[in-house]
Amino acid sequence: MALRPYSAAKRSLGFVDKLLEVNWGLVLLITLIACAGFAMLYSVAGGHLQPWALSQMAKFAVGFLVLVAAAMIDVRVWMSLAYPAYGFALLLLLAVDVAGHVGLGAQRWIMLGPLELQPSELMKISLVLALARYLHGKSVEEVSKPLPLLIGLAMIGIPAVFVVLQPNLGTTLIILMDGCSLLFLAGLSWWWIVPTLAAGAAAVPLAWRFMLHDYQKARVETFLNPESDALGKGWNITQAKIAIGSGGMTGKGFLGGTQSRLNFLPEKQTDFIFTNFAEEFGFFGTMALLILFAVVIFYGVQIATSARSQFGRLLAMGITLNFFFYIMVNGLMVMGLIPVVGIPMPLLSYGGSAMLTVMFGFGLLMSVHIHRQVEIPRHSGGII
Amino acid sequence: MPLFDKKDKSRYVTFTRRTVGMGGGMAAIFAVLAGRLYQLQIRDGEEYMVDAEANRISERLIAPPRGRIIDRFGVELANSRRNYRVLLVSEQATEGVSGALDQIGRVILLSDQQKKKVLHDIAMNKKFVPVPVVENLSWEEFSRINLHLPYLAGIQCDVGETRDYPFGGELVHILGYVSSVSPQDMETDHDPLMSLPGMRIGKRGIEKEFDKEIRGRAGASRVEVNAYGRIIRELGKDPGEPGEDVYLTIDRQVQALADKSLDGQSAALVVMDVNNGDVIAMSSTPGFDPNLFNVGLSGAQWRDLTTNDHKPLLNKFMGGIYPPGSTFKTVVALAAIDAGIATPDYHVTCTGVFNFGGHAFHCWQHRGHGTLDVVGGIMHSCDVFFYETARRVGIDKIEQAARKLGLGALTGIELPGEHSGLVPSRAWKQKTYRSGWQQGDTLSVGIGQGYMTATPLQLCQQAARIASGRAVAPRIVHSVGGRVQPRPEMPKLDFTDDALDKVRLGMNKVMNEPGGTAFAQRITIPGLEMAGKTGTAQVRVYSAEEHQRGMLKNAALQWKMRDHGMFIGFAPVIDPKYAIVCMVEHDAEGHPQVVAARDVMQLTLQRDPARMPAAYPVHAAEMPTPGKQAALTRLGG
Repeated sequence: MALRPYSAAKRSLGFVDKLLEVNWGLVLLITLIACAGFAMLYSVAGGHLQPWALSQMAKFAVGFLVLVAAAMIDVRVWMSLAYPAYGFALLLLLAVDVAGHVGLGAQRWIMLGPLELQPSELMKISLVLALARYLHGKSVEEVSKPLPLLIGLAMIGIPAVFVVLQPNLGTTLIILMDGCSLLFLAGLSWWWIVPTLAAGAAAVPLAWRFMLHDYQKARVETFLNPESDALGKGWNITQAKIAIGSGGMTGKGFLGGTQSRLNFLPEKQTDFIFTNFAEEFGFFGTMALLILFAVVIFYGVQIATSARSQFGRLLAMGITLNFFFYIMVNGLMVMGLIPVVGIPMPLLSYGGSAMLTVMFGFGLLMSVHIHRQVEIPRHSGGII
Repeated sequence: MPLFDKKDKSRYVTFTRRTVGMGGGMAAIFAVLAGRLYQLQIRDGEEYMVDAEANRISERLIAPPRGRIIDRFGVELANSRRNYRVLLVSEQATEGVSGALDQIGRVILLSDQQKKKVLHDIAMNKKFVPVPVVENLSWEEFSRINLHLPYLAGIQCDVGETRDYPFGGELVHILGYVSSVSPQDMETDHDPLMSLPGMRIGKRGIEKEFDKEIRGRAGASRVEVNAYGRIIRELGKDPGEPGEDVYLTIDRQVQALADKSLDGQSAALVVMDVNNGDVIAMSSTPGFDPNLFNVGLSGAQWRDLTTNDHKPLLNKFMGGIYPPGSTFKTVVALAAIDAGIATPDYHVTCTGVFNFGGHAFHCWQHRGHGTLDVVGGIMHSCDVFFYETARRVGIDKIEQAARKLGLGALTGIELPGEHSGLVPSRAWKQKTYRSGWQQGDTLSVGIGQGYMTATPLQLCQQAARIASGRAVAPRIVHSVGGRVQPRPEMPKLDFTDDALDKVRLGMNKVMNEPGGTAFAQRITIPGLEMAGKTGTAQVRVYSAEEHQRGMLKNAALQWKMRDHGMFIGFAPVIDPKYAIVCMVEHDAEGHPQVVAARDVMQLTLQRDPARMPAAYPVHAAEMPTPGKQAALTRLGG
């Protein structure tokens, strides 16, 4: 590991030191993926910067600043901000839920001046921060004790309930996966995990039988056999598969994707942007993109394992997993391996909230990286 | 790494171990993604490529221009004219569809019915499909719309093509008309053109019979479409094949005169070439304007057409059947001479009444005609002569002769809706009425009444066959798309020359000898004289009581109860060229049918293609024409 040689005792770094400490290779990778996103947004707009590509560049630019700024801030400061951020995100979630119930329909975002903010996006990062903060204080044994476990599960469960009520199934899924992964990484005993998984597996047929509404069953059935209703409910997935498949080995070339340009692809600029990439750049291009994603994740894992504090480790891994789950759910969805849930492809899909939270996440990851040598006592609550 | 407290070390170990495990899980998921990508793009890539192309490319039909219909002198009887129309694209109508319609309504007249139709059409189509608002605008209206166009959102002006019949109703029963495609048409005809908006197909006459040829082959434009079906760009184009022109044997001038002569009557007239069967004119009055069916008929117009007692929609020359009346006496005469009954010594004495089986059959001439031979019988149209002759010849021989002349069978003219008429026979009566043939039936048939019916076209064919001695059949289409239509064989008729000559002579005397029934209406131009046979077809039964009290004058009867006037003829008497039939429903007083036939025949003879340059070469059929001198002697001229 090529670390810059500096004293382990040195507890604080200068601004320039920190800038030099930023893993610019990772930043470059992220920028590369984001550029692929700009190109796709340019393409799906029929070769125009408007309405998406230019706006996305601006969002990325803001996100970039957020990343660098977040990276500069000491990881202990983030630690002390974890609970307030979690509380704040929970309040915002409550606010949109209430607003939705008051009669504005299913609402997922609120306007903060010109910035539209999805509290559920903010929640993912806040949950990772708060759980990392909470689990930082717990030893392997303590994590598996009922009370701390219950508190941890409650921290995951409460926002999950709020989000599922919006309703936003995809984000709920990711919140649950993020949270449970952190409990697992903090050392939750297999004595808890194995029976829970077994019970879950046993519950699936029962849930199918007694809990799902007919329309929900219909969705699942459409997923299992999209061609049965190719013009109706199966339309999205059928067209997405045609787009990807027709890309073939080398793709139709940049701006050559017909499925999105002619609007056969639904949500072409957001959730289904990956299919356009696959259509235009084919198997080789898409594999290259997947490898870029994988390398970013590898960096993340590496940063997590080299941090000295449990908080840093959990935070880095939480952020990395969150990024991975996005890719996984979106990738499996557009390729027709899981039912359609509204999850964007990070860095590629058009959208401000997702871009900002992903970049903020990478900022936190970078902060962990820069401050990887910082030790945080087990009962510390940060440095504010 | 230094500085781990004991507990943190175990946490670190657990964390690292589990992180590596999760890393493996993530790698597995990436492998799944990569595998799925391989499956979709490499293994099934070709199939999805086909699907994507099928999504993207759509074929749009292009309507070919409809072929023209042209007469023998090159006059266009049906062609295409510019159709100035206004279209509305609903998605571009910024002030809404009804707003746009209101705006158009301020520039040109727009009925509520039209507006309703537009709203309906818009609801049926996608939002970017231009829907016709009004069609067939005058140039002035069209200009006015164009002037206001900048202020009319969503409105497009368009110049299309539509069928036009320059002579209106004059040829409607020959040409037919075009009209929009009905659901039934869709079922029987699978031409992709049928589903094209605004498509018109032939519904009657030549337009229907030769619709496939006149319609042409649809062109196609390969276009790229988006998911909503909107055309993005054209990838390639197949212009299709324009419809083929149909040349008719009709002479528009003669047709016009025929229509004019029969104006106001419910009547039919056919002129045909006796040597090759070319129909020169074929008229059925009253007609109607075929352009109405193209543009769209209003309810009131349709009611007028269907309730008119002169039946303008009926094609009387081939769809109407009538008792041939006395014109049928030529057939009976032929049968009698051929059967060896009407020998030169054969005479019948007419006293004005013919008693048979306890019934008195009256002659039209109550005084009686005295003693007549077969030529005199025809010349005076003596009923008693033909009662007696028919009785002696018998129904079987009469039926045979009628069939040789083409009665009771379709002529095979290239028009839809022909009626075969009826030549009664013993077998027919047994089958239809389950009773035996009575001698009285024969008497009625002998003067062209009773069960006997024929279309005017059949009667014209009969006249042409008598004139030429060959089995001529009427034909109206000369060529389609440059392909000359084949003509059927015209074998010599199975009658002796003597029999034909006698009948021709009788018909000559009808017109050209004082005392003949149509002497007053003869053609007086030397060399163009016409031979003919008049007829009066009863439409009601004359009772014995009426015969005694005195016949009711036709003028005293309701129009519907009056007799039909019939006439068949050919001209010139020597070396005949044309045969003619004229039938006027419920009007025989003063022989209006003969007058019309004479005028039309005169014009026909004057406009013979031998004297006029035709649009295509007109050949007489290969037949030896009898020498003029020989004919003169045989005809007693």
